[in-house]
Order: sequence, then structure tokens, then C-alpha cells
Amino acid sequence: MKKNKQKFFSRPESMYDRLTHYCPGCGHGIIHRLICEAVDELKIREKVIAIAPVGCAVLAYDYWDFDCIEAAHGRALAVATGIKRVRPENIVFTYQGDGDLAAIGTAETIHTANRGENLTVIFVNNAVYGMTGGQMAPTTLLGQKTATTPRGRDNKNEGFPLKISEMLAILDGVKYVERVSVSSPQEIIKAKKAVKQAFQNQVDGLGFSLVEVLSSCPTYWGMKPKQAMDWIKEVMAKRFPLGRLK
Amino acid sequence: MPKIKINREKCKACYLCIAHCPKGLIVIDSELNKMGVKPVKFQKKKDVDCIGCAFCALVCPDCGIEVFK
Ligand SMILES: Cc1ncc(C[n+]2csc(CCOP(=O)(O)OP(=O)(O)O)c2C)c(N)n1
Ligand code: SF4
Ligand code: SF4
Ligand code: SF4
Repeated sequence: MKKNKQKFFSRPESMYDRLTHYCPGCGHGIIHRLICEAVDELKIREKVIAIAPVGCAVLAYDYWDFDCIEAAHGRALAVATGIKRVRPENIVFTYQGDGDLAAIGTAETIHTANRGENLTVIFVNNAVYGMTGGQMAPTTLLGQKTATTPRGRDNKNEGFPLKISEMLAILDGVKYVERVSVSSPQEIIKAKKAVKQAFQNQVDGLGFSLVEVLSSCPTYWGMKPKQAMDWIKEVMAKRFPLGRLK
Repeated sequence: MPKIKINREKCKACYLCIAHCPKGLIVIDSELNKMGVKPVKFQKKKDVDCIGCAFCALVCPDCGIEVFK
């Protein structure tokens, strides 16, 4: 007789069984799941407090079955600092887009990192402002067409793509920085490892840990989901090299 | 033999799973789901089995696929 098959892969327990508002093929959904997998595996669900950003992931708390707080645009790490200092026993993380973390929130990001706060940051770099209609982000690539750079980003006018993870990695207060991507099953497995590490570091009291995830925005890149994932691999990861930065 | 289960009502028809199944066992369903898109379905093939690699589930942004082994 055949043995009953075991569930080998399914929705993590700390993720609600809900339809998300994300566009088809958007990387946010994958990254949400990786966080939940890490939280479940580390058994920290009752201790976790997430700070949701302003950006497409503004409703992340509708999908995560653990405590969440919403911060004003760019202020996630200021809020996280406050919570972690008052409740050091909790595991506090922020989830932020490139507009949130590397444009309006640059000051909060750099100073929280520099203070070496014992926090976890999941930084979703999709090279555009998704929520507001696909405008240029600090991380938009040179030549990339967006709503505000219709002829492609030109460094003479708009400056260069901001490598904020590299900037943060040189700060003494920062413990761990890694750049990963969700462009393929293999890269997703690596991304999961990095996300888990960034949480483990906080559990171990090691200090500021950030994972930058190169993610897709098929809608505002004007691409099909698979084409967008290939673009991450072939174009984006050339300008934002993957791997451990610290 | 490993098996997958697709939740057709959660499927947003991004087709990333189709692109990443090494065995080509996932195809587009001709019937629309309640969202009005054509979800994917598992399509048995002669002499080709699901290997339970879970690539389809890993790339699904909507937790639409479960894998059993
Ligand atoms: C103080 C303030 N300024 C501007 C905005 C408008 N706004 C909302 S989301 C956003 C950028 C979102 O981009 P990103 O952080 O990259 O996230 P994504 O939507 O791409 O995931 C901006 C500028 C706002 N909500 N609040
Ligand atoms: S606009 Fe872009 S980032 Fe926002 S949900 Fe759609 S695909 Fe995702
Ligand atoms: S990856 Fe998920 S949402 Fe996309 S087509 Fe496959 S089952 Fe549907
Ligand atoms: S588990 Fe692997 S072989 Fe089976 S359907 Fe999914 S991708 Fe294809």
C-alpha cells in the first residue's frame, strides 16, 4: 500500500491564507513568504514586531500573522529603534522599499545603522516607486525608463543609482549586510538563508543586520513577470552585485 | 511519486511556475478563475513524473502551490 504523502512545501503558518493586493508576478509576495518561513523556523512568531513601510507593501500587516506597526514614509527605522529600546526582548524588523529606505528615509537608515541598533532590515529594491506609479527611485538604473525619466535615467540630471547597502556596510555599527535576489528558485533559496541569518543575528544580540533583496515590479518596468525576473538577473544584478557585503 | 496541488482561486496567472518547472508539467488552464484570469493547472505527461523539486512553489508569489512527497 502507498504511504500517505507528506506536505513538503506549503504556505508558512505565520502567513495568512489571503489573496494579496500585489500585481501578478510581483516580488513582494515571495519576500513576504520568506520572512514568514524564517520567523516560523526560528520560532520567534510570538516575539516578532514588524514595521511596515509606505510603498506597495503598506498593507503587509494584512498578510503577516504576527504583530505589526505601520510607520510614516521613511520612518520605519526610527519607529523600530523606539520599540526595540523599550522592548529589547522583542524581535523587531522593518520591511522597506527603495523609496522608503533610500530616499525619504535615508537619514533614519544611516543613523540607525550607525548606532548599531540590534534590528533586522529587509530592504526591497525594485528600482522604482511602485505605489505611486513607477517614478524614478534612488536605485533606478542608468538608462532605465520610468514615469519621471521617460528617456531613461541620466546621471547628468538625476545622479547615479544609490548603492546604499555598500554605504551602510562600511559603518562600524553594522554587523551584517547581504544582497540577494528573487529571480529564480536557486536565488530564492539563497535569499531565504540571508533573511533567516538577519533574524538570527538579532536573536543572538549581534546588532544591525540588513538584507537587500532585488525584486521585480513587472507593472512599472513594463515587463511580463518572467521577463522582469530575467532582467533582475541579467541587468540589475550587474549593477547591484549579489553576495555578502559584510 | 511527488505531487503538487494548485489553488486556482489564488493564482494570478503570472506563469512564473510554468517557466521554472524543469519537467514542463504546468500549463495554462483554458477556464477562467473567479478573478477572471486563466490560472495554471498540473498536466500529467506520459513517462514524465513530478520530481518534487518545489521550484514551482518557491517562485509563486501568491503561495498558490503546495508540494507533497
Ligand atoms: C511623506 C510622504 N511623502 C511621499 C509619499 C508618497 N509615496 C508613497 S509610496 C512612495 C514611494 C514608494 O516606493 P518604494 O519605497 O520604492 O516602495 P514600492 O512601492 O516600490 O514597493 C511615495 C513617494 C508619502 N506617502 N508620504
Ligand atoms: S506596482 Fe510593482 S511593486 Fe507594486 S505591487 Fe505592482 S508589481 Fe509589485
Ligand atoms: S506562480 Fe503562482 S500565481 Fe503565478 S501562475 Fe503559478 S500558481 Fe499562478
Ligand atoms: S515540484 Fe518540480 S517537477 Fe513538480 S510540478 Fe513543481 S516544478 Fe514541476
